[in-house]
Amino acid sequence: MELPLLSLLIWMPIIAAIMILFAGRGAGGQMKWFALVVSLVELVASLILLQRALPHGKFQFIEQHVWIERFNIYYALGVDGISITLIVLTVFMTLLIVITSWRNIKKQVSHYLAAFLLLEGLMIGVFCALDAVLFYVFFEAMLIPMFLIIGIWGGPRRVYATIKFFLYTFLGSVFMLVALLYLYSQTNTFEIAAMYTVPLALNVQILLFLAFLVAFAVKVPMWPVHTWLPDAHVEAPTGGSVILAAIMLKIGGYGFLRFNLPITPDASRSLDWLLIALSLIAIVYIGFVALAQKDMKKLIAYSSIAHMGFVTMGFFVIYQITPGNYDFQAMAIQGGMIQMISHGFISGALFLCVGVLYDRLHSRNIEDYRGVVNSMPKFAALMVLFAMANSGLPGTSGFVGEFMVIIASFDASVWYAVFAAITLIVGAAYSLWLVKRTIFGETLNNNIATLSDLDGREFFALASLAVLVLWLGIWPAPLVEFIQPSIENVMHFALGTKLP
Amino acid sequence: MSVYELSLLTVIAPLAGAIIVGLFGRALTEAQAHGIAIIGVLVAFIASVFIFYEMYLTNFDPQIFDVYQWAVIGEFSLGIGFLIDSLTVIMMIVVTFVSLMVHIYTIGYMHGDPGYKRFFSYISLFTFAMLMLVMSNNFLQLFFGWEAVGLVSYLLIGFWYTRPSAVFANLKAFLVNRVGDFGFLLGIAAIAATTSSMDYEVIFNVAPHLGAEVLQISDDIQVPLLTFICLALFVGAMGKSAQVPLHVWLPDSMEGPTPISALIHAATMVTAGIFMVARMSPIFEYSETALMFVMFTGAATAFFMGLVAVVQDDIKKVVAYSTLSQLGYMTVALGASAYSLAIFHLYTHAFFKALLFLAAGSVIIAMHHEQNIRKMGGLWRRMPITYVTSLIGTLALIGFPAFSGFFSKESIIEAVHLSNVKGAQYVYWLVLSGVFITAFYSLRMFLLVFHGKPRMSDDEYSHVKETPYVVTLPLIALAICSVIAGYVMEPLIFGTYFDQSIFVLDSHPAIANLQAQFHGVWAFVSHGFVTKAFLLLVAGVVLAAICYLVVPRIPEVAARVLSIPYRVLVHKYGFDWLFIKGFARSGVGLGKGLAALGDRILIDGAMVNGTASLVRGIANQVRKVQTGYLYSYAFAMIVGLLALLTHFYLQS
Repeated sequence: MELPLLSLLIWMPIIAAIMILFAGRGAGGQMKWFALVVSLVELVASLILLQRALPHGKFQFIEQHVWIERFNIYYALGVDGISITLIVLTVFMTLLIVITSWRNIKKQVSHYLAAFLLLEGLMIGVFCALDAVLFYVFFEAMLIPMFLIIGIWGGPRRVYATIKFFLYTFLGSVFMLVALLYLYSQTNTFEIAAMYTVPLALNVQILLFLAFLVAFAVKVPMWPVHTWLPDAHVEAPTGGSVILAAIMLKIGGYGFLRFNLPITPDASRSLDWLLIALSLIAIVYIGFVALAQKDMKKLIAYSSIAHMGFVTMGFFVIYQITPGNYDFQAMAIQGGMIQMISHGFISGALFLCVGVLYDRLHSRNIEDYRGVVNSMPKFAALMVLFAMANSGLPGTSGFVGEFMVIIASFDASVWYAVFAAITLIVGAAYSLWLVKRTIFGETLNNNIATLSDLDGREFFALASLAVLVLWLGIWPAPLVEFIQPSIENVMHFALGTKLP
Repeated sequence: MSVYELSLLTVIAPLAGAIIVGLFGRALTEAQAHGIAIIGVLVAFIASVFIFYEMYLTNFDPQIFDVYQWAVIGEFSLGIGFLIDSLTVIMMIVVTFVSLMVHIYTIGYMHGDPGYKRFFSYISLFTFAMLMLVMSNNFLQLFFGWEAVGLVSYLLIGFWYTRPSAVFANLKAFLVNRVGDFGFLLGIAAIAATTSSMDYEVIFNVAPHLGAEVLQISDDIQVPLLTFICLALFVGAMGKSAQVPLHVWLPDSMEGPTPISALIHAATMVTAGIFMVARMSPIFEYSETALMFVMFTGAATAFFMGLVAVVQDDIKKVVAYSTLSQLGYMTVALGASAYSLAIFHLYTHAFFKALLFLAAGSVIIAMHHEQNIRKMGGLWRRMPITYVTSLIGTLALIGFPAFSGFFSKESIIEAVHLSNVKGAQYVYWLVLSGVFITAFYSLRMFLLVFHGKPRMSDDEYSHVKETPYVVTLPLIALAICSVIAGYVMEPLIFGTYFDQSIFVLDSHPAIANLQAQFHGVWAFVSHGFVTKAFLLLVAGVVLAAICYLVVPRIPEVAARVLSIPYRVLVHKYGFDWLFIKGFARSGVGLGKGLAALGDRILIDGAMVNGTASLVRGIANQVRKVQTGYLYSYAFAMIVGLLALLTHFYLQS
């Protein structure tokens, strides 16, 4: 029998998390090691997935079991290039969090790690689910560990942040549930693939599109439903911020690829202007807002929103690219997809960097820092690298997606490219101004002078992200090639029509 | 080795040096660190010379190599590769040679600095990036090199990162360059969208057929496509090559150590824009509008920035403004379709300007990091080698006949005179009067530093001594180049050298007209003594000598009498004010405004809290029933889901 690799990836961390929770307080030390081993095994399993994946855009590693027969609900799992990539990202970032939380979390580390393992399993579930109900269950359930992480290990205003987070995301997903139930009524199955082929009138598509849009726009987040993110980041512990930025936001982008584009292609085509406008507002408006921030985490959170603007821009600009310019349409989606991966690395790294400083001085205020380079040269070098990557320097991953999206957008309209390219200036301004104010300059005070440089674990985490950021910037071809067939598959549906 | 292998070696050797010294610097001694870096650049230089020789044997037939595929999307392929032709190879030699000189010089200049090894790593990395830029065969790699040199420039301007002025200057440099890159990227995007390719070859072949294409800016505004592309690309060049009004970063970049002012901010990186336009000559030739814009921008830079140099007291700032002015000359040549002359001036300028910077650095070392020329004087006795080499550099800069700068600058002025681009006659007078300004500020600096009475205590003066040989050897090498570099003019400009790399339409006859008047190098030199330019040069030199040697009171009186123009120059026409107070502050202000009005008041205030107060009412009720809110949400969710499922179950 073939090993159920996807189920293993999903359930192993979830079961491990439950075991840790039941292990009791005394076993905390051993449980840390247990969590580490589990996340390493996950990494190996995800790499096996990557290695065994066949180069076609269809779903593979399929597992299908009847779950609730009455409603044709299946426990159906399967992955394509897009989901495999996101799974590997999830597994890798979780491993880094286990490593960096080792000593820096003072309160019940093992439970903290258990929450992340739980989150990991559920997020992988989201990326694997081929059944809409299963997707919805994972999609909602993944909020629980995130509440716990922010609510238990978060900052002083964590209650406000979690409520805001909850209200936004829950409200969004309720609409999605309604949309899924409607689609069920049309297809008599919750199989997502069946939803791709069912004919739908334009007005129905538009309602469905808007329902999915609300759910995923909150996750990305898109302007103007973004204000929960800076609050959540500010209150979340470092690991929470890293997962939030690196993976959870991507679930919004993933949702657009899996639901909006293929299920409601005609609505996507007629509402493309809305999505493009919101994306450009995110890129330009939020870029300026980031410039004005005084809190490092808020600054990076706003920077995340601006960068995610390129993802939605890439996905929806395809309808305005000259019809038949298939390569540019594919490049736009590629750009969005690569931006998701790259942003996972870069924003994850930047939040880790803020965490490193916060662990030492317990402040996220930019004003409380200056001249960190004098006492933390290794940290400073990495931070400058990530800031450069964040401002889209060629040779780093931050460049690849933005470059592709800007070039593809130019074919649609000069103005799209002009507005999107403003990020070149504004993105550099907020990233490097942050560096100037915190890293460079004369040592501010004795606190800064006595900072200790990165320890082994922190260095390992940041350096491995640095390697990935550079690798993806210097040679993105393997990733581009790996996801191209899956993107073509999405385009097959997205560029088609479903009008009856 | 084949040309391809040599090319790879040229880029990899300095990169390897940078990586080894950068990552493993701590395990190396200073001597090992600079040894490794220098070997890397030396290998690159030797390989470049071999490539030149190989190319010479094959009549400079362009060669294209693909190194690797960066990404492929359907038919749209992005790659890394080399285009080796006569233009590339001259740039490679200039870059690696000046870099090598600067590497050697750095041993003396940076001796004892805590960042010694880091510095070597950076300048080797710079050499790699610059080579990637000039050797590229496509726009992707060009943009990579373009931004990578910007990155290293950023790191090096802020090399002494504890100085507030340095970290201000490097941020400013990067951001102003990004403004240029904004245009540059749009130009690249326009090319990609038009031709579905990034390769120079494809674009150059297509360009002649794009004359009638237009770009729809709005419903009723159209721009000729090629003009849009050229202007957008040139905005990038204005950033990198510091043309007005994007020049503001270059004078501030003098915060960096002097060797990099010579290498990056005089000889190589700032000429990237000039190189790029020359490389793109097959596109620029088809846009008269763009050429005219290029020419006027260059003329404005050459003239107005030269004037600012007259009032500078910091030795490096004088040379920096002089660099701006000379870059202006190169840009003017580009606009006149005299691309080969722009490259020629780039090449001579690289030697004499690197020389002047390194000589300035030598003076700075001897003066214990004093940079104010008003506190120097009479140094010629104490520093004979620096003195003589500076004299050679100055003569080359002002374009004294027979020195390298003469050949390139004199031909640019004549080419403009003979060009038929609209407005060339005005530009001609600007660049011609620039000769006077150049002669005046150059001699002013030279005389204030080396002649007259020492304006320092006798004790200080007696401590001034010639710098060590690692500093003076590069000066001598560059001085020799500054004398002889111009004599290749005949084959370079009027021969077939650039025939296969630079494209000029027959309707732009500047070079052809110049050739008609050219009767050999020596005739050119002897003619150089009877031109208007030479008269202006002599006038500039004599005036400087009167003002700064004979009657030193004149400058003070002049500053008082001409107080308004003087103050305009001291404030550099207000560009800094505009950029810092105007653009930067209003950008941050806009951000604060949007954060307050948009996010806090409109979205969070009206939208969210409006809803929230509604929800709060309900939540208050729920809170009475439930104990822990986290579990309550999770619980409610599951109950809700079950309820819905039950509902459906009962219905069907």
